[in-house]
Amino acid sequence: MSEKTKKIKVEERSVSIIKFAGDSGDGIQVLGSQFANTNAVAGRDLSTLPDYPAEIRAPAGSPGGVSGFQIAFGDNSVMTPGSKVEILVVMNPAALSVNLKSLEKGSLIIANSDAFTQEACKKAGYETNPLEDGSLSNYRVITVPANSMVQETLKDSGLQPAQALKCKNFFMLGVIYWIYDLPIENTVKWLESKFAKTPEILEANKKALFAGYNYAENTEIFDSRFQVKKSNPKKGKYKNLTGNEAAAYGLIAASKKLKRKLFYGSYPITPASEILQTLSKYRAEDLVVFQAEDEIAAVCSSIGAAFAGALAATGTSGPGLSLKAEALGLAVITELPLVVIDVQRGGPSTGLPTKTEQSDLLQAMFGRHGDCPLVVMSASSPADCFHTVYEAARISVKYMTPVIVLSSAYIANGSEPFRIPADNELREFELTALPEPEKFQPYLRDEKTLSRPWAYAGLKSYEHRLGGLEKSGETGHISYDPDNHQRMTDIRREKIRNVANEIPPTMINGDESGDLLVLSWGSVYGAASTAVEKARKKGMKVSFINIKFINPLPPDLGEKLKKFRKVLIPEENDGQFAHIIRSEFLINPLSLTKVKGQPLLYEEILKAIEENI
Amino acid sequence: METKLTAKDFASGLPVKWCPGCGDFGLLTMIQRTMAQLNVPHEKYAVVSGIGCSSRFPYYVNTYGFHSIHGRAIAVASGVKLSNPELFVWVITGDGDGLSIGGNHMIHAIRRNTDLKTVLFNNRIYALTKGQASPTTLQDSKTKTTPAGNPDYPFNPANFAVSIGCGFVARGIDNDLNYGAEILQKSALYKGFSFVEMIQKCVVFTDKEFDAYKNPQTKDELTVRIEHGKPMIFGKNRNKAVIIKNFKPEIIEFDPANPPKDLTVYDSTSREMAYIISNIVPPQFPLPLGIFINSPKKTMEENYMDILQPQKSSISDYFPQSETYEIK
Repeated sequence: MSEKTKKIKVEERSVSIIKFAGDSGDGIQVLGSQFANTNAVAGRDLSTLPDYPAEIRAPAGSPGGVSGFQIAFGDNSVMTPGSKVEILVVMNPAALSVNLKSLEKGSLIIANSDAFTQEACKKAGYETNPLEDGSLSNYRVITVPANSMVQETLKDSGLQPAQALKCKNFFMLGVIYWIYDLPIENTVKWLESKFAKTPEILEANKKALFAGYNYAENTEIFDSRFQVKKSNPKKGKYKNLTGNEAAAYGLIAASKKLKRKLFYGSYPITPASEILQTLSKYRAEDLVVFQAEDEIAAVCSSIGAAFAGALAATGTSGPGLSLKAEALGLAVITELPLVVIDVQRGGPSTGLPTKTEQSDLLQAMFGRHGDCPLVVMSASSPADCFHTVYEAARISVKYMTPVIVLSSAYIANGSEPFRIPADNELREFELTALPEPEKFQPYLRDEKTLSRPWAYAGLKSYEHRLGGLEKSGETGHISYDPDNHQRMTDIRREKIRNVANEIPPTMINGDESGDLLVLSWGSVYGAASTAVEKARKKGMKVSFINIKFINPLPPDLGEKLKKFRKVLIPEENDGQFAHIIRSEFLINPLSLTKVKGQPLLYEEILKAIEENI
Repeated sequence: METKLTAKDFASGLPVKWCPGCGDFGLLTMIQRTMAQLNVPHEKYAVVSGIGCSSRFPYYVNTYGFHSIHGRAIAVASGVKLSNPELFVWVITGDGDGLSIGGNHMIHAIRRNTDLKTVLFNNRIYALTKGQASPTTLQDSKTKTTPAGNPDYPFNPANFAVSIGCGFVARGIDNDLNYGAEILQKSALYKGFSFVEMIQKCVVFTDKEFDAYKNPQTKDELTVRIEHGKPMIFGKNRNKAVIIKNFKPEIIEFDPANPPKDLTVYDSTSREMAYIISNIVPPQFPLPLGIFINSPKKTMEENYMDILQPQKSSISDYFPQSETYEIK
């Protein structure tokens, strides 16, 4: 370290939250993911949230075209990408105007001052240059002339000025690395593999990165550096994954463990398409990806694939789940395994297609004709999408039933470090025993699970017919017998209830009884657990349960809930889980709801805790 | 030694519940006969259907069968075929199931050339729901939903399939078992999406509609056999032919002892010819029966094989060292 840096004040943080923002073309997502990866390698836990413009090509420099990437990083307490940003890095005035509201007084703004031209300020809605007119006096503002610095740095590189200018994001990244005292090597390595075939671009980006770092060190315009705590993650191999990527790998892992082909039939829909895209990269003889002509074909082809013995899955969002509803009834009555991933977004109808919500819960539970029970699970974080999808696949095969996994735009697009499990860490699949051909009947059941054997098309001597008409128990022949329909309805219900045997005892964080329990499900988990943690630190007695299984509910849940005077359910819908809990356990939970297309913040949940304690 | 299979070997033994006299019985026999001829073991057949009278079909064949939901047979069958390409997959559908509620799946499976043997039972009516107009119900026909006559234009299923690029398209009729089985066998040997329209009477709602095509007195005047490499001669006295002149179909009459030398010879590899001929309809023309087009192209499964990556054996293979980091 140089003499100068020793004089610099060091500010310590358990967690820090930074947001990069700029024009869609400013390389913000690359910047953000590089910063995230460097922190991950340095041993910090993190949670990211990309923020893409709604329009594909909004005009450059306009607020509508601002792309953002937020990262919370630090010790083990990182549960969400956070709400209030500590450092905002803006590449132009529009990025500032869009993100200023996420800043608290005293936080740091790092601005590419070269981009704050009169014209650009005007486009962003500023009459005068906010960096100069004193309007940012509540914040600490640091200006970095990134455009001119990077052009000066690269003047002998042989690159055209416009090309050289493109390296400004790496110049800025160098500056930020210095502020957080982070190593540069990880990004250098990444650049070397990314631009191996274009050495002049590689050199230019490397130069820009180092120049940014040195600029920060030499100019002394910063009076402090941040030192952020590390987490102590479990040993192993990691990769930073979005929830959608994690869901895709969860399906792959399940198919490898089961040793069956994976079939993924899906139709593009925001925000679930990334699952389809991720799996499409790996098409192989044992990984079939079928981009169907519509949502109905997507689910029906998957049902066909399950009939032919593949581990079948489909993914969608709310409107697509509605279209798949009829076919899910077919999967229920034919008792075939099927994983359905619903990445929830704002509804009804086209609603808020890029925004997050948890409002498909009741559709997942009940949105089918007839008495049509299936398993409903929820994922609570990006990495948890892997584990939830894997478990959904395991249960769907063991119980021969469709399983809906509820994800949401928030965790589907957000990312966090994912520890890649070894094969032997993944639970084994259990299949209902297939009897000898002479004894085989398609609806002969395992006494314990009530599941039927999976004899798939192509198996010699097990030829049989399935269909949507009511089946006679055991033989599977069509039956219109009234008593049989009653019996089959009972069996279908009981079979799903038996899945409760797969649910581990409910973990309660905090006292087993008391005044207030926070009960969360799905993607609210991060904010809810943070809120409870903060409330406890403030001395409040509050306990916390997070639910993965929604149908069936954990068998011990009712008992646990009844030991609290109040149960608070925070959720991103109009009170759907509260409705289920109320009708299931005859208790009257407090419902904290938010339907704004934005995730619930821990501050909002904390406030509700304070009001109800 | 294996013994030769017959149609009876493919009967499931369940009571067949179509109305007595239904055209579907004939079609069942034709398909069972075709299955026996193909020398494919029972377990390698999957028969997938939608909803409608025709779609009861899978219950009556002792292979793997799937009676799905209305309109979705092709979607289900596509999943079956793609995940187990070894299977020989039949799709049994009807005019309502395949061309109305299931129309989207039909056009896309044809576009992809999925290797599905599709047989569309065309009785020109929604029979299972008891008599509403279907997409193939002729204009002016009286049905329960068109008591004053059907105002809508009908689809011509074979022409529809030809026009959107299907590689194998044929038309048969329920009472001609031998010819039907012959067409079906060729459709089964075709690699790719084959579309066979089977004209089928519904004894309840369209009982007399196809009689004239079957009556020995009239059928030779009202139908014409389409055969590759042969002129399209018809008539009781074999004295008429359908020819194509200036891209238009025409009928000419001639002395059968001395037929003209320049009669149009049918070429089942020509989509243009298939379009013109599958498009002719009574009463101006005889009803064409036979194979309109038989022109192979790569199947969906083959196209999918072309883009495959090598198989990986475990989940960790999906995370190469360069993309991961290690916490020690």
